[in-house]
Amino acid sequence: MQREAKLVQGNEAIAHGAIYAGARFYAGYPITPSSEIAEECSRLMPKVDGVYLQMEDEIASIAAIVGASLAGAKSFTATSGPGFSLMQENLGLAVMGEVPCVVINVQRSGPSTGLATKPAQSDVMQIRWGRHGDQSIIALTPATVKECFTLAVQAFNFAERFRVPVILAADEIVAHMRENIIFPDPGEVQVIDRKKPTVPPEQYKPFEPESDGIAPLAAYGSDYVYHVTSSMHGLDGYSNNDPANAQWRVAQLHRKLERYRDEIVMTKSYDTDDAEVLLIAFGATTRAARAAALEARKNGIKAGVLQLITLWPFADKEIAAHGKGAKKIVVVEMNYSGQVTGEVRRILGPEKDITLVNKYNGQIITPKDILEVLK
Amino acid sequence: MSHATGVGYLKDGCLPHMWCPGCGNGIALASMLRAFEELGYKKNETVVVTGIGCWGKTDDYLLTNALHTTHGRALAFASGVKAYNPKLNVVVLMGDGDSVTIGGNHFIHAARRNIDVTAIVLNNYNYGMTGGQCSGTTPSERYTSTTVYGNPERGFDICALAEVAGANYVARGTVYHGWDLKEHMKEALGNKGFSMVEVVSPCPTHYGRNNSMKQGVEMLKWLKEKAVSKEKYAQLTDPEKEAYFVIGKMVDKNEPDFSTRYEQIRARALEGGAKR
Repeated sequence: MQREAKLVQGNEAIAHGAIYAGARFYAGYPITPSSEIAEECSRLMPKVDGVYLQMEDEIASIAAIVGASLAGAKSFTATSGPGFSLMQENLGLAVMGEVPCVVINVQRSGPSTGLATKPAQSDVMQIRWGRHGDQSIIALTPATVKECFTLAVQAFNFAERFRVPVILAADEIVAHMRENIIFPDPGEVQVIDRKKPTVPPEQYKPFEPESDGIAPLAAYGSDYVYHVTSSMHGLDGYSNNDPANAQWRVAQLHRKLERYRDEIVMTKSYDTDDAEVLLIAFGATTRAARAAALEARKNGIKAGVLQLITLWPFADKEIAAHGKGAKKIVVVEMNYSGQVTGEVRRILGPEKDITLVNKYNGQIITPKDILEVLK
Repeated sequence: MSHATGVGYLKDGCLPHMWCPGCGNGIALASMLRAFEELGYKKNETVVVTGIGCWGKTDDYLLTNALHTTHGRALAFASGVKAYNPKLNVVVLMGDGDSVTIGGNHFIHAARRNIDVTAIVLNNYNYGMTGGQCSGTTPSERYTSTTVYGNPERGFDICALAEVAGANYVARGTVYHGWDLKEHMKEALGNKGFSMVEVVSPCPTHYGRNNSMKQGVEMLKWLKEKAVSKEKYAQLTDPEKEAYFVIGKMVDKNEPDFSTRYEQIRARALEGGAKR
């Protein structure tokens, strides 16, 4: 049977991707430009034996998804700038407690309330460093409606596999865009579930990693009884103030992701093999970058695009490899500071010709804006 | 006849407890664990969610499931646990700072939502763990480490707040009246919907020391004398009332809890009954 493509909005695709991945708990607080995700979940969750819970604020929203996850749910929330700021403290708890969950941050213009309905890509560094305490985070960023779906699934897969919160950092353009996509059938896209303990319940230690570096996670209400705490804790989940334990635990939280770095970091490249000009983009700006590169090629400029699908951990190796042969690097992003550009400079060094093409007025970056610097 | 001790829920090697001499937390904990035992709570079916503060450290003593959260947010975490698995017994331990100061928004919304969790709020009228600063329940004119000239603000009546926000069960007890306290907790745990027991408890180290009750015994005497029944309170003159407070059951309703209502909505969704 031939399947029909559907005209779907990015936010809707995210909601459908999450449910495809097995998400059965959504808690959130409405905020533009992410609200359609909540609306879609409020319609779908009751029908798939899931729970939609509208919380009193974003602090409560992320708290609720952490609670639900520990009760065995694949859970998520969606928000934008101000709400994402409010979530930081409890996001830190999800890191510390190794709680799988997904947070969608549909980026909008700031600072503060800013241009509330307009796009931006200015939360790159907040996603990485927004919480107190030293920690790692995984963040993915979609450039198309199809990627909204597939990366929502991928976000859950990473969250479940590594027992971490994962950020899906969309932007207003991709989230509100409509494109034709074909929803995959069940089983067509890989879905990963968290590891459950197999030891007898009295031997279960919720923070003892197995040989793969990841500790199995039981569910409240199963035969396993366990503790999770925001405080520094030992393997048994009870608080523990021993310096040696703290030293090991903080490192463990980082190392479990460092170990799988090559699987987590995803990029796509377009016409980069012979590229003398390398455009680096992510999210919605990828689209403008690709159009600009194709146009430049018509004018004899050998341009290619490296799309960052994983924002964090950063694509150091991939940028180093692609950037080596290029004479000129152009980074395209919707923020003033060049949040990704700074990382690219760190990798390729001060001698490299690196140009930032940016906008921070709530308007989209066009291919023309990029072509200006390729002349 | 032997009484429940609740010791089966207590982790080995935890006594004497970490709290200061004269602190009421130990009595509150014992009352709660006795209530667990009398209700036949199973450890794997019970989740104790705690906030931050002296009372919030209780999870370290427990053999049930536990989730030690961030300051003020315990009810929001607990709401997620309960909404996803309504079969669990979810008990939330918070101080006056957690419940009605930094976490006041979650408190009123958990009550409004009528989520079936039991909040046990230990009210010692100040932030004990951080050195006795004033909180949202510190009464007017009282002294704390941040109201050394007297508190210019008024304190919340936690029970009244829970009642108007829609809680199904509300009671206030004190650690002096240990037996009644256990009974209130038992009723609260057994009542479906949002239940809240306020436990008035001494903090001689900070609140008592700053307010002419340096010894734990003095604070217990204060609870003994000033905590009175609704009937007795009604007989007091208005100036007298300021020094007294009511203990006992305030609310005992049976309105449908969140999960019951959600199941009704789910049935409607499966019939395709969306408004739009």
